Amino acid sequence: MTKIVSKALKMGNDVDTDMIIPARYLMIMDESELASHVFEDMKPEFRKKFETNKIIVAGRNFGCGSSREHAPIALRKAGIKAIIAESYARIFYRNAINQGMIVLEAENVSNLVGDGDDIEVDLNTYEVVDLKKGIALPVREVPKFMTRILEAGGLVNYLRDHKDEW
Amino acid sequence: MGQTISEKILSRASGRKGVSPGEIVKANVDILMVNDVTAPPAFEAFEQMGFKKVWDVDKVVVGLDHVVPACDIKSATLNKAVRDFVIKQGIKHFYDVGRGGICHQIMQEKGLVWPGMVLVGADSHTCTSGALGAFCVGVGQSDAAAVLGTGRLWFRVPDTFRFEVEGALKSPVMSKDLILQIIGQVGADGAVYKALEFAGPAFERMSIGERMTVANMSIEASAKTGIVEPDRKVSDYLKTRFNIQVPLVKSDKDAHFEKKWTLDASKVEPKVAVPFRVDNVKNVSEVEGTEVNQAFVGSCTNGRIEDLRMAAKIVDGRKVHERVRFIVAPASMEVYSQALSEGLLSKFIEADAIICGPSCAACPGMSNGILALGEVCISSSNRNFLSRMGHKDSKVYLASPATVAASAVKGKITDPRVFA
Repeated sequence: MTKIVSKALKMGNDVDTDMIIPARYLMIMDESELASHVFEDMKPEFRKKFETNKIIVAGRNFGCGSSREHAPIALRKAGIKAIIAESYARIFYRNAINQGMIVLEAENVSNLVGDGDDIEVDLNTYEVVDLKKGIALPVREVPKFMTRILEAGGLVNYLRDHKDEW
Repeated sequence: MGQTISEKILSRASGRKGVSPGEIVKANVDILMVNDVTAPPAFEAFEQMGFKKVWDVDKVVVGLDHVVPACDIKSATLNKAVRDFVIKQGIKHFYDVGRGGICHQIMQEKGLVWPGMVLVGADSHTCTSGALGAFCVGVGQSDAAAVLGTGRLWFRVPDTFRFEVEGALKSPVMSKDLILQIIGQVGADGAVYKALEFAGPAFERMSIGERMTVANMSIEASAKTGIVEPDRKVSDYLKTRFNIQVPLVKSDKDAHFEKKWTLDASKVEPKVAVPFRVDNVKNVSEVEGTEVNQAFVGSCTNGRIEDLRMAAKIVDGRKVHERVRFIVAPASMEVYSQALSEGLLSKFIEADAIICGPSCAACPGMSNGILALGEVCISSSNRNFLSRMGHKDSKVYLASPATVAASAVKGKITDPRVFA
């Protein structure tokens, strides 16, 4: 059974994709190079923190703004394993799933979870537990076909192997 | 139970009798659009997915707009990769430097979008084309690659917010002021996963270009799409110019709207979205006097002929303030050419403005019009996020082309009605 256990890194509402990766880096195709600029203007310290805090816990409308898939790519490559937010901007949500990034919706999560809390995400059930507080977070169910994309590691891998299902 | 415009379009595209909000459907895409930022990774993903040929060479639109002409070797290399793919695949609708302009503008000008269509675009402002009554959604590179290979995509059927707008905007108040007011009311996350529908006499009075400004900024309330209820003006435009005749898809009288808003356009004041949030909307009077270093009229939001006419009228016979750089970027070659023939460009030049080639120009902060530390720009574009137009300690105020032009002349944020 695969589980992700890591510390939470808290963020606020309306984290936009210009914050995650500024537009001046959109002509970069190399994923590691993109990751080196993650949150560069707003919170440059996040990049270092992502090495230990691999689960982002955020408020509403995470990933709003530009459609740049560079945003979830930069986060993934910088070490982020999962995001738990109260809601997502829809393009970011799709892009994250398509990049094999686990994105879960949980009401009130930004109040329930503290910065640095140890979080466990069970990839079989998509259950989320705050180990420090000993509470299970009620997350919105992930549709089956999206879990299939996640299990494949993203849409490129999924479609390479399952064109018949699309 | 009746259906909304989005429900009707997604029903048709998914081969269903009816669909309900929250349902996930797989739908056939009528047209796909990619630009110079999203095309290279989308084409790469397409190949990694193991596809050989695009699903339909007539249904793919490629427009170079973010960084054109190329500003460095990196962008030149990516542009070249796009051209190579277009040639190899035989893609029909390709708009290179000097042939097109901003991808969203091209969709309308080249007759590539019409009522009832499903348009998927690898750009968040794809919703702009909702001004023609189509269901238009932005996606990222992977989804674009999937459509490129299959012509299909999954969608969650959205709930709809309906905006009925009475009255008429009082010039120089523009449709930009109306949509800024709406975003201020709804909030930056107020329409997550929702479709916005715009209708009423105020919209009937607007040109298609003015409607595009409103549909364009739906994404700034995080909406999935924004659709202006199509009318005779849309069908006449398509018929006259492209000989396209299609039924106008409208919401049923008994359709379910999650929320309904009624506004009076005649009461809309000139608005400004104050950094660093698009929903931080104030009346111009509240920030009047804020000094600016740069003023920008352009972008997919406000780079159309109506916008240039308004800005030119304000600067006509005047000079841009000596401290201000006034950048004007027509949204397309067609707008550029029209502005030239109407004498608008010479008015800008005489006022000391600079005219950039059709492109996204200063809006995304990628190649020109970039702000230095501490600088302030008043802009007709769509985002005022931190570091959007350059340095993280620069600021962008969003406003209508009228307010931008008035502010360019005065050197500080100015209510355009002083020139009216």
